[in-house]
Amino acid sequence: MNTFVVLVEDHPGVLTRVSGLIRRRGFNIDSITVGHTETPGVSRMTIAVAADEFGARRIEANLYKLLEVLRVDNVSRRPSIFRELAILKVQTSPETRAQIFQLAQVYRARIIDVSPESLVIEITGNEDKVRSLIDVMTPYGILELARTGRLAMLRGTGTASKPPDHDGQPAQVKADDDGVSHSV
Amino acid sequence: MNREPVMKRTGAQILWESLVREGTTCVFGYPGGAILPAYDAMLDFPIRHILVRHEQGATHMADGYARATGQVGVAIATSGPGATNMVTGIATAMMDSSPIVCITGQVGSKAIGSDAFQETDITGITLPITKHNYLVTRPEDVARVVREAFYVARSGRPGPVLIDITKDAQQASCEFEWPETPKLRGYRPSHHPSSREVDQALELIHSAKRPLILAGRGIQLSNAREAVLAFAERAQVPIAMTLLGLGAIPASHPLNLGMMGMHGEAWVNTAIQEADLLLAFGMRFDDRVTGNVKTYAPNARKIHLDIDPAEINKNVRVDLGLIGDLRETLDALQPQVESRDRGDWLAYIGMLKGDSAVRDIQNLPDNGHLYAAHVINDIWRETKDRETIVVSDVGQHQMWEAQYYKHEEPRSLITSGGLGTMGFALPAAIGAKVARPDAEVWVVVGDGGFQMTMCELATIAQEGIDINIAVINNGFLGMVRQWQEFFYERRYAATPLVNPDFTKLTEAFGLKARRVTTRADVIPAVREARAHPGTVLLDFRVEQEDSVYPMVPAGNDLHNMIRRPSAIIETGADA
Repeated sequence: MNTFVVLVEDHPGVLTRVSGLIRRRGFNIDSITVGHTETPGVSRMTIAVAADEFGARRIEANLYKLLEVLRVDNVSRRPSIFRELAILKVQTSPETRAQIFQLAQVYRARIIDVSPESLVIEITGNEDKVRSLIDVMTPYGILELARTGRLAMLRGTGTASKPPDHDGQPAQVKADDDGVSHSV
Repeated sequence: MNREPVMKRTGAQILWESLVREGTTCVFGYPGGAILPAYDAMLDFPIRHILVRHEQGATHMADGYARATGQVGVAIATSGPGATNMVTGIATAMMDSSPIVCITGQVGSKAIGSDAFQETDITGITLPITKHNYLVTRPEDVARVVREAFYVARSGRPGPVLIDITKDAQQASCEFEWPETPKLRGYRPSHHPSSREVDQALELIHSAKRPLILAGRGIQLSNAREAVLAFAERAQVPIAMTLLGLGAIPASHPLNLGMMGMHGEAWVNTAIQEADLLLAFGMRFDDRVTGNVKTYAPNARKIHLDIDPAEINKNVRVDLGLIGDLRETLDALQPQVESRDRGDWLAYIGMLKGDSAVRDIQNLPDNGHLYAAHVINDIWRETKDRETIVVSDVGQHQMWEAQYYKHEEPRSLITSGGLGTMGFALPAAIGAKVARPDAEVWVVVGDGGFQMTMCELATIAQEGIDINIAVINNGFLGMVRQWQEFFYERRYAATPLVNPDFTKLTEAFGLKARRVTTRADVIPAVREARAHPGTVLLDFRVEQEDSVYPMVPAGNDLHNMIRRPSAIIETGADA
């Protein structure tokens, strides 16, 4: 799985351009999240796509062809933090409620709503952790599940993504080490 | 006209002012409700408007204009059906990297999303087939968007840009402000290979014993003819052409081997398969030139020179990609290339050519049958004395044109290569003639494709366009028939055509026409057409079931070609 952090202009229709481009090049988006960044007018997309190394490079090169894409980083190739938030509505009975509370604690998940026959649990973590909690809760009966999809950030002080300057200076040119430069 | 900057102008006026500033002198279009304000304003600007008969024609004309000159072609249409009719032409331009700007009217901005009369989401529809597109809802944005659209269309890897302007944005007024430069921080049209990559390329080139250049449309787009020739002559590397590369290198140049691919010359495909280094210059390893990629040039290292980073490793894995403008890259490479004697390799390819001449239909004596190859070869012989542009359509005749018309000059062949758009030739030729009125323009078109856009004969008549049209009329959708013959046991499903009388039809438009049925009559007819001031259509009734040879069946190995049966050569019998 490749995770791309993509900085884009905050314009109408940019999400369609990005998702449509990945689709028409024959790749399937596993998850996509969009939100504002620390820079006004710039949105940040985190896109998880299954592709081999050549496929990932093609996706990156194609994304750069969109005028509204400012920067693309494939963070799966560098030390990064991945997080996802999920909320689960789990069926409960007086007998199971305490067990579910305990399990939620093990996962450092929070109970954010309680009703006589259900609980809502909020969990953040990497996908393994979220999936594990879902597996554990499944026997009790998951009534509803909502997940945000993957967010990613490089470890350390280096930032994956700074948009180019507003004066139209192009993004930094970089060449990969394998003899074929794909990004720009 | 009062051009004081403080004066307010309508969006429609700003549109034309901006187009004129971008150098536009001619647009191809068709009016309608949502673009009416723009059409009204047009009358006050120095613009020639060519009224087409179908908006698809307008896009192909803009495309032909662009391909003939390298300048941006402009097409204009109304909303809804006017805009959707442009889709085929936009996709055609996209596939062949042709710089055009398409302007469409749109319903008023407040009506967007209401399914208003003649409303369609054309920016949504054209998303995958434009380099970029815009929806403009305010007059303040018109000048900036036009400036950006032209810049995007012609820079980097060129392509079509669509501007959709709402009716109220055309009508409302604001101050006109022309941006000095387009500001697009996310757009990076220019790239340069690193010196390390150049060194790696030189190493591969110097160690190659059997190198081959694959010459594509990028040579035409970056005007790299001289640079390619200098490189090839110095390093003694033979050159194979793609369809859209034809003309970029003179056909008569001793290093030019001819066309590669599905209907390429046998020796060219064999040379590719036996090469030890392929230098891909502005081409994209289309499936029609590679055949089966698994067995494609198995012994060759590959260097890909292209301006589009997304082309590297797309279809064929390469050892090295040099991303940048082809001419600039070659100018950096060429002075460091050591001259080499590759006489053995060139002699070997010369030997491969040896047996091919006997299969050439040109050597067939006149047996009373008229073959398309003869028609095209005769047109070439007759027209090579002056600047000629041939615009071919899609199908058998397109391949015969590529095989038998010897293109010497860049931009002398205009054809829909990537999308393979039937109906392209006639309107594209109109655009080419408007762009280069001094050139002689010939349309080579099949009887099928001609009928897709033949309504543009009316445009020719109304606008006084002087071109010549050679209809290669075999009464079939010939290329499909050929596939049915080879791969579907001659079951001719929906390929025989019952045609109108093309000569009478042409005369009904007020144009001249002549039917040609014998080989002896080809040259007199071509001469008559050339001498006549105004458009002439020649209806060549050619052999019905002739096929294009050689042929690499789709997906086959490039060296596995179907050759012309020699029986034809001996007897002249029907295939």
